[in-house]
Formats: sequence, C-alpha cells, structure tokens
Amino acid sequence: MMPNTTSTTPLIELRGVHRQFEVDGVVLPVLQDINLSVNPNEIICLVGESGCGKTTTGKIIAGLLGQSSGEVLVGGKPREQYTGPERSVLRRQLQIVHQDPFASLNPAHTIGDILSFPLKRHKLVKDRADLRRRIWELLTLVDLTPPGDIVNKYPHQLSGGQRQRVSIARALTVQPKLIVADEAVSMVDVSIRVSILKTLHRLKDELGLAIVFITHDLALAKYFAWEGRIGVMYLGRMVEIGPTPDMILNPQHPYTRALMAAVPEADPDITRRKKHIELRSDEIPRLSEIPHGCAFHPRCPQFLGGKCDVIVPPLLPVPGVTQTVACVNLTPATVGD
Amino acid sequence: MSISPEIVLSVRNLSVSYLAKRGRVRAVNNVSFDLRKGETLALIGESGCGKSTLNLALIRQLPITGSIDSGQILYTRPDGQTVDVVSMRKEALRQFLWADCAMVFQGALNSLNPVLRVRDLVYDTAKAHRLNKAEARRRAFELFQKVRLDPARVFNAYPHELSGGMRQRVLLALALLLRPQIVIMDEPTTAVDILTQRSILDVIEQLKAEFGFSVIFISHDLAVAAEIADTVATMYAGEIIEIGPVDEVFYRSRHAYSLALLNAAPRLSTGQEELLSIPGSPPDLIEPPTGCKFHPRCAFAVEVCKTTPPPLIMPEPGHRVACHETDRVMAHNNRKITT
Repeated sequence: MMPNTTSTTPLIELRGVHRQFEVDGVVLPVLQDINLSVNPNEIICLVGESGCGKTTTGKIIAGLLGQSSGEVLVGGKPREQYTGPERSVLRRQLQIVHQDPFASLNPAHTIGDILSFPLKRHKLVKDRADLRRRIWELLTLVDLTPPGDIVNKYPHQLSGGQRQRVSIARALTVQPKLIVADEAVSMVDVSIRVSILKTLHRLKDELGLAIVFITHDLALAKYFAWEGRIGVMYLGRMVEIGPTPDMILNPQHPYTRALMAAVPEADPDITRRKKHIELRSDEIPRLSEIPHGCAFHPRCPQFLGGKCDVIVPPLLPVPGVTQTVACVNLTPATVGD
Repeated sequence: MSISPEIVLSVRNLSVSYLAKRGRVRAVNNVSFDLRKGETLALIGESGCGKSTLNLALIRQLPITGSIDSGQILYTRPDGQTVDVVSMRKEALRQFLWADCAMVFQGALNSLNPVLRVRDLVYDTAKAHRLNKAEARRRAFELFQKVRLDPARVFNAYPHELSGGMRQRVLLALALLLRPQIVIMDEPTTAVDILTQRSILDVIEQLKAEFGFSVIFISHDLAVAAEIADTVATMYAGEIIEIGPVDEVFYRSRHAYSLALLNAAPRLSTGQEELLSIPGSPPDLIEPPTGCKFHPRCAFAVEVCKTTPPPLIMPEPGHRVACHETDRVMAHNNRKITT
C-alpha cells in the first residue's frame, strides 16, 4: 500500500524548518533546514543517535513545538493561518504517543477518566451512554480486552505494554489523521513490543492513519516501516531519506552506511560476517560546536578536505537510487547558497 | 565435585529470594552453570527474569531484602585453589571483588562518583588492593590507550567532562586495573547510541583477546548477545531454561521460550520478515505457575507442561534445556547458518 506521492496533498509539510534552543546563553541549533512531508496513511521512521533532532522534529509535527524559522504546512496551508475552531480541529488531527508510559499517564485518574477527558473536551460524545460506548470501542481497538477489566483501573495496575496501549487509545480519542510515536516501544520488553507494533499497523490500515515513528533501533525501524520510508538524521539535519528497503539494503550516505554496518544482528552468523566501517572519530560533536560544512566530516571515512569541511551539502536525489542524500561526494555538484 | 582447570567459575544450584510484603519472591531458582577461561557467557531474558539478581548474587551485592538461600559459587583462583564465594568472609570478599571479579554496570554516570576525578578512582582502587601508585598510574594509562581514550586527558577529568561512551570505556579500563579473571557486564551498551555501542563492543573484543578474561554479559538485546557470546543462557522466571553454545541456542533452539524470543527480534539485513509476539506477560514469582513456568504463554504447551516441571536434559554436549517439547520446538526454528 504505497501512497501515491505525486497526486496527494501531504498531510503535513515541513519546509526549511529551523529550530534553536537557548541554554545558558548558548544558542543550540537543534534542527537545521528540515524539509519533510508526510502523506496520508504513510509510515515514516525517523532514526538517528541522541541529539540528532528526531524528537524535536516529532514535536514540531505534532504541534507541541513551534519552529524558529521556516514553514509548517498542514493540508497545504501554513499552520499559523489556522485560527479559532479550525485550529481546534487541526490540533485533533495530529497526536503524539510518548516514550514513557509511566510518566505520560496521570496516576490519579482511571483509564476511563484518561480516555473520557479528550472526548468531552472536544464534544465528541453526546451523552454518558455514548461516552461509555466510545471508550469501550477505543479499548477494543488497541487490543485491551475485555474493556470492562481495564476501564476502572489506575495506570499503576497495568503493565508497561498495557499502559502504552492506553496512550495509543488516548491519542485515538480525537480521531487523528497522524500519530507521532516517539520511541513508543523502547521501554517495553521484546516479547510485548511486536504485538504493540502490530496493533499500530492495524490501526494504520483500519483508520487510514499516517504514523511518524521515531526510534534509535534500526532493526525495529526496518520491521515497522518496510512499506514506508526511513529518514536518517545527524546533528539536526536530515542526511538521507528514502523507501525503507533501499535505505536498509543500499544505504548511500556515509553516516547511514556506518550505522547499518555498526548494528549487531540477532543472528550469530550474520553478525559475525558483518563488515564494520571504521570512522575517523568515535565522538559526536556537541550541538554548540557543530562542525563547518558537512557536520559529519570529522568522522567521515570519505572525507575530502577543502570540500566536505566547507560546503553544507543539500539533500538531493542521487542518480540511480531512490533516496535523497546530503553528501557532496554523491550528489551532482549543484551547490546553492 | 571435581572442577576442570579450564573452569574459573562454577555456579551450583543457586537460589536467591527477596522478602516482599506478599511473601518470598523466588528471583533466582536452582541455577547452575560453568564459566570457562576466556569464555563469554551471555545471560538473556526479559525484565524480571532474574538475570540482574543472579549477577548481584555472584558478587554478593544483593540488596538487604535479598538473600542467597542455597547453592555454591565456586571460584578457582589462578593458583588452582577453589573457594566458595557464598561463604566468603568480609575481607576475603573485599579482595575477591575487583581483583578477581570486576563489574561494569549499565549507566556509566551512576557508577562514577561525580566529585572524584578518574585518577582518584584509580588510586582508591590501588590503595584498597595494595597496588603502588606509580604502577596503578602506569596500568591505567596503558588501559586507557587500549580503550581508545586519551590517557592524559581522561586521567585528570571529572566524569561530567566525558561523554557517555567515554565514561563506559573508562569503566571498562578501571575494571581491568587489577587484571581480574572475570568481568561481569550488566547491560553495558544499553543506554548508548549505535556507533558508541559498536566501539564499546569492539573494545571488549580486543581487550578479551589481549587479557584472556572471562565475561558474564547480561543483556536483553539478542543482537548484542549473538555477536559477543560464546555461550548463551536464556533465563525465564528465575531459571536458566536453556544454555548452550551461541549457534546451538540460535539455530537449534530447543526451548519454546528461546525460540519465542528469537521470533520477536527483528534483524536488520534480512529483508522483510514476519515477527511473532509472545502472548501474556511474565509470571508472578511469588506464586509461579505450576509445571513449566512458561506454559501459560507457550505455543507448544501440552498437558504434561501444566503439571510437571520439565527436567534439565542435555541433548548435545554442552547444550542443556528444560522443555518437554524439545523436538517440536527445534523443528520450528527456521534460522540457518548460510555460510
């Protein structure tokens, strides 16, 4: 089910988005020049190491953070132009599921309460009977069955996996078109993880959701987004993005290649035969000291002096492959200012 | 019990429990295994399976509510003398830790005292184990070099001045300061990024080749275990339910739970794959299920699994498993070595 990228209006589009934070008087450019569109019913995985900006991107998409500059278009229209009731509808369309289900659910409320607040706030139910019916429906939708066993419980009475399902149900209360899942299964055990991912997949198909899945686990990204796209971020920039199979089997950017090569595999034979890529440095530069030119150049094995440390590579298509890549050694030398 | 000279640590029928309000939590139940010289043993399993408790019991660092109820932890010194760690007195235990058996914990920041420089940690350790200062410094510099750190910079640094990956490598180097025979590593690569994990795994491999110590590696990450382990032990509900050479456990798994874990773990370079989740959740260790503790979640369970705990059998030399349905499980593992 690949969405047709040419004819559909993206659900949300980030154009040249920058975001900076000021910490103790130091300006940290957490995101630089992000261009990304998410189509209806699409899965996009954002991967990268800590500090690469994947969570910030997710929060901007979900509308929890504004951009410092650049444009965020929702349904083709700048987000700032939505006002009044229209803005409320917009907020409902974009939801987020956080990493830690222990922190994201209020311990003083029952699961029923947690799900009823957004339903009442947005007047999505007519009366008490309707409310109850809708809560039952939501719990069933996320495989928390029978709902009667769950609805009067408090978060601490549920397992981590169940709590994460409640978070997903809460995101679904307002009938969103897109869910940002930020490391949504990284705190859950291996055995439970797969079933939550399967639930998300089913919801995508049944409700036509788009999912932005943020993870540091490449194997998980591959599994979850096989029919979608993966975007790799490094120090606040997108360095490569493309269809998942090509990203995994034929990565282009030296950083993506290094990541893919570095990951151990849950298969002794495959992992023993893997060729690792030696980087020139093991350390990630600080965000306050982002290297000039390509931010990856101090570590890149294909570093070319006078080029990589000068030019900031734009994200461009690479001839012969489906990905777009930010590397001056791979893309034709068209360098804008 | 005779112990071969190849074996540095022999754990026999070890049981550990915690005292909780509701009763005794049997966190580790009748665990036995041997660790050979230079071997890496990976303990895998999900949270609450008892792998960290086992680790803490091995170094006698259980919290106050926990106790070793029975069993032996037989350690063989380089001079051939065998001692039982369970019955060690305070001073002997103090000498055993770090000099014979060192630990590297998850979350390097919590393992390093924030107000001490790295050099203070080196000198403290040296003093406690009667190593002279100059020699300690010389060894520390050598080890920092080997873990790819700049010795002069790191030696005088405070923990907060180092990145997560650097701190984890400092801990590795410190663990080896007294040339221990055993290093226990509890999820050493869990909180770190991919490329940092890669460099730590490479460093461990290189140090092992050079110093020949044995490793007990605790992880919930099957991929890391597949890479680093010679032997893999799967733990479930406080028991080792399968243990064997890494290829045996991965390609000829005979326990339904080992296979279930493998079927739930995605691999990167295998193209599209179908994963299977494990239904249900881990058992209550105060009132565990009867029979095989995994039977309520097991796809292979038959009537006998509900009533009789499966005995630990040895289908191949070095491969032990506690499952009633080993043949059916093995027939369902479709992983193969391709070379």
